[in-house]
Amino acid sequence: MNSAVYPIAVFFAAVFTNNILLTNYLGMCSFLSVSREIKTSVGLGIAVTFVMATTTILNWLAYTFILQPFQLEYLRFIVFIIIIAAFVQLVEMIIERVSEGLYAALGIFLPLITVNCAILGVSLFMVIRDYNLITSFFYGLGSGLGWFLAIMAMAGIRQKLARAKVPPGLEGAGITLIIAGMMALAFMGFSGMINIT
Amino acid sequence: MLISLLISVGIISAVAVFLSLLMVIADATIGNYGNVRINVNNGTKELTVPGGQPLLRALTDEGIFIPSACGGRGSCGLCKVKVVEGGGQILPTELPWLSDEEKKENIRLSCQFKVKNDLSIQIPEELFLVKQYNTVVESIRDLTHDIKEVRLKLLDPPEIETKAGQFIQFQVPAYELTDEPVYRAYSMASVPSDNSHIELEIRLVPNGVCTTYVHKYLKEGDKVLVNGPYGEFYLRDTDHDIICIAGGSGMAPIKSILLDMQEKESKRKATYFFGARSAKDLFLVNEMKEIETSLEGFTFVPALSEPEEVDKWTGDVGLITDIVAQHVKDGSNSEAYLCGSPGMIDACVRVLTECGVPEERIYFDKF
Repeated sequence: MNSAVYPIAVFFAAVFTNNILLTNYLGMCSFLSVSREIKTSVGLGIAVTFVMATTTILNWLAYTFILQPFQLEYLRFIVFIIIIAAFVQLVEMIIERVSEGLYAALGIFLPLITVNCAILGVSLFMVIRDYNLITSFFYGLGSGLGWFLAIMAMAGIRQKLARAKVPPGLEGAGITLIIAGMMALAFMGFSGMINIT
Repeated sequence: MLISLLISVGIISAVAVFLSLLMVIADATIGNYGNVRINVNNGTKELTVPGGQPLLRALTDEGIFIPSACGGRGSCGLCKVKVVEGGGQILPTELPWLSDEEKKENIRLSCQFKVKNDLSIQIPEELFLVKQYNTVVESIRDLTHDIKEVRLKLLDPPEIETKAGQFIQFQVPAYELTDEPVYRAYSMASVPSDNSHIELEIRLVPNGVCTTYVHKYLKEGDKVLVNGPYGEFYLRDTDHDIICIAGGSGMAPIKSILLDMQEKESKRKATYFFGARSAKDLFLVNEMKEIETSLEGFTFVPALSEPEEVDKWTGDVGLITDIVAQHVKDGSNSEAYLCGSPGMIDACVRVLTECGVPEERIYFDKF
């Protein structure tokens, strides 16, 4: 594919056809626990998008300039995780210091997503698929937006669900997982439109 | 081989050290809020604490215990505190626990709210006396087939200051029925003057998290964490006649009140109605009879609602409300202390008000 268009293609693929949450089922725990209200899921969605976009860059740099030259690719799991953790912690501290409003809207969610597997997943996919820096950034941004989209849709459904009659055995996590499965099926409709490997 | 191993160890350590250094620097610069002052209850107490930490932890470090069941993870919603000044915006993690009125009154969840600038807060006065106590189980004995008496010896702090009738919170550690430590409230049956012990009377409730733990797992020598004292259920210092009514393990706070009166050689007229189903649910009868002989104005009236043949019961028979109605002719000069199930208490409050006891002088502990 044309190298100028490729990052854009990856971006759209990450949002729709290869949605990290609905096709890889990564990042489920915060998706399930914070999707009760649209307002809070927007905050979490923005936080995830921001962290994914920035940590892909950091991890790409660490991978390319530290791990690859020394043939230490097998250390990527642990290196990626500590970079993500330190970065998220740092950003949280900065936000808390500079803006109370931003902290209330966004910062409070940051500790929740330090250990979100979707964040690590994005960095690992980027390495497996051999993306360059620009593509990685677009992939991270797209994955974050895709996650955002999925949790927004779920929060919308769950707000309606509050007034629905759910069989007692399925209340809470049960019905939420079934809905997530249906959403995944719906998103499968996009598959094949864009091919990224 | 060895070299590549050393390189990998070196690289990973270098990355870790670099990031930790970054965090340490950030902690000392961005995360450093200096010391902040907290003004508690309009100057009753002035605290100076390091900023940047949750209010709950800052207060705990200063020896002020806000009741909290989850230990500061924002999942129980108990640790509410009124922040009069310096509060700022309510965080999304607090919202599920606050009602609209509480939001207007600046009530905050103290485990989520971080201390960043000078504050003034308002807490109930009695919380100044609340502390956490490390205790050890000194003895456990069966009072009836389903009620156990648990006697705790205080280790640290070694003494507790209570009023007869108050309650403490008992921490149940994680076990079969609970994934995380939970707290349950129990009235103290011990007399306040014995300030190095706490006695609890705990009735087995099928599948009750704490009661099952106490009845099946707790044994002598076990360590138990409690905090307290709490509660407005204690003997008022007046000249009114006293009516006590209890059922089952509701005996505990009443026993404490009576022992306290006995020690203080109270001259007040007092009647204690204790309701049980049959003789096997009665307990501490001899102790009550003993108090009856030494406490001048005190009468103990145990009553059975469904005595069995084998009981050979000669005392009062009937529902506790009927027994109270028979004995209390004119309650206008009385005050009442009730402890038992909500159903029993509601019924007793009705009967007592009919007998002329003013409603504002009826105190109760529902459980």
